[in-house]
Amino acid sequence: MKKIFSATPLLVDRPTHYCPGCTHGVIHRLVAETIDELGIRERTVGIAPVGCSVLAYEYFNVDMFEASHGRAPAVATGAKRARPELIVFSYQGDGDLASIGMGEIIHAANRGEKITVIFVNNAIYGMTGGQMAPTTMPGQYSTTTPGGRNVKEVGYPVRMAELIASLRTPAFVARAAVHSPKEILRAKEYIRRAFSYQVAGTCFSLVELLSICPTNWGLSARESEKWLEREMMPYYPLGIKKEPETAEAEVKRG
Amino acid sequence: MSKILMKGNEAVGEAAIRAGCLHFFGYPITPQSEVPEYLARRLPEVGGVFVQAESEVAASNMIYGAAGVGVRVLTTSSSPGISLMAEALSYIAACELPVVLVNMMRAGPGLGGILPAQGDYLQATKGTAHGDFHLIVLAPSSVQEAVNLVMRAFELAENYRNPVMVIGDGMIGQMMEPVEFPEPAVGKPLDPGDWALTGCKDRPRRIVNSLYLDPEACNRHNFKLTAKWQRITEAEQRSESVYLDEPCDILLTSFGMTYRICKTAADELRAEGIKVGLFRPITLAPFPYQACRAAADRAGRILDVEMNMGQMLEDVKLAVQGTKSIDFLGTAGGVVPSPEDVAKKIREVLGSAPAKNASPKPAPQKKRKDKERA
Repeated sequence: MKKIFSATPLLVDRPTHYCPGCTHGVIHRLVAETIDELGIRERTVGIAPVGCSVLAYEYFNVDMFEASHGRAPAVATGAKRARPELIVFSYQGDGDLASIGMGEIIHAANRGEKITVIFVNNAIYGMTGGQMAPTTMPGQYSTTTPGGRNVKEVGYPVRMAELIASLRTPAFVARAAVHSPKEILRAKEYIRRAFSYQVAGTCFSLVELLSICPTNWGLSARESEKWLEREMMPYYPLGIKKEPETAEAEVKRG
Repeated sequence: MSKILMKGNEAVGEAAIRAGCLHFFGYPITPQSEVPEYLARRLPEVGGVFVQAESEVAASNMIYGAAGVGVRVLTTSSSPGISLMAEALSYIAACELPVVLVNMMRAGPGLGGILPAQGDYLQATKGTAHGDFHLIVLAPSSVQEAVNLVMRAFELAENYRNPVMVIGDGMIGQMMEPVEFPEPAVGKPLDPGDWALTGCKDRPRRIVNSLYLDPEACNRHNFKLTAKWQRITEAEQRSESVYLDEPCDILLTSFGMTYRICKTAADELRAEGIKVGLFRPITLAPFPYQACRAAADRAGRILDVEMNMGQMLEDVKLAVQGTKSIDFLGTAGGVVPSPEDVAKKIREVLGSAPAKNASPKPAPQKKRKDKERA
């Protein structure tokens, strides 16, 4: 029989701690496949965040850091500037990147650090048990918004991909989702492009991935996929937000 | 080698380069901004890396990243900035990474002021951030010693894989003194050993991490760090004792620039026949308790002088173990005690009348009546 699918050697062969239905596993797989396909494993350094994916260093079969909450882009900056030959990526959730780490991500992007950021947006704090994230949808229930997110009190969800794309510094910024096979393929393509730009030494790259959290959303995995499509996708439009080629042209136009 | 006249902050930057440190991540803050300014100019000349971070929080995590991939790295700041770096220092110590940082202390608490102070002694030596860890802390009392200790700091950081702080104050950072740069003991690129993240070519992958969810593993890690600190404590205490060949009437204990002021006061009083001895720790951590005790044993009593409200005083008391009376002279807020202030206080505690021609200038700590008795 012909083998058409197997484990990627870039993921350590062990069970993960993620909840049933969580899409972190899918994203781990996409990142791992990309590193494998680009043949960069032996010079890749990954940076795990604080949040659900805090243990990502257990799974990626490359050299890994564990960073403090939100600071992965600063750690990545130090690593990449010290050894530019390394391929450096951070893997961060929405609490880590969009709340406590807002300063680090914006400035790493604005300096044009040649790093790749994998940003997982599931609209909630997962590891701490379902509190409001900067990305929590208007009206969405969380343990710290028991009446639903009230935008009059706490503002609207932050669209990180668009925010970073608004910076003048050339970058590759895109948003995909991982709730369906079709979107997973698109996510893979964006992740591949993001790493490729770093390999070429072109620019900063960030891929935001809309992800599901059945445990803290209080929905089944199937319902979660539908909720993501119905509630999140209209607010967080998928697609490429910025490419270095067009960004360069914009800078030249002034 | 000839001496050149250099500002303390610039000498610190040059010393790092001479020690083979080609990576600097930092953020401007008075009174140490000349360090990043100097290195922004100098590092590109020697093929190094200079990054102005968006904050001290980011700068301290950048040095975590750079040290983690196995390069020699420096950051510098001043008191409020060091507070912002504290979290990363806990991670760096936990991950056993070699970094050197310099704190040119300014007045506190809060935003305080930009003038010299020594109010970060306890932060540096006892409670930098969360968890059980120690920085090695070196306190220079001249620009030349700042150069020597910055170079030495890289050796210590790499020998023990531990963060090392060189702690000065606004005076040392801002003043100019003649310096010469010794041949560095380090200078070769840092050996990434079996720990640095250099890409897992031809070897198992490595992880730089301080998360231990298993309590037994976390317990073991703490014992490992503590055993390392024990080795540092046994091997690395440095101090200076002066005028203790014969018993003295009073021993002045101080550190950093305050020692220079005490030395001037001691020389003046010794010319009058008052036997004044001096002791200063060069390593604030590990604190040289035995050497301090030995110095105290030569003295009738002790006067501790600091530009804070009595921080090293706690270590002097621990060293002396109640065997001697200890008085304290302290200033804060950027007020620097003069040698006359110190001499006046010595006369006061020795019960001798002030000399007729003593300076009429009132000591800023004149109203302090709370004599410290060990």
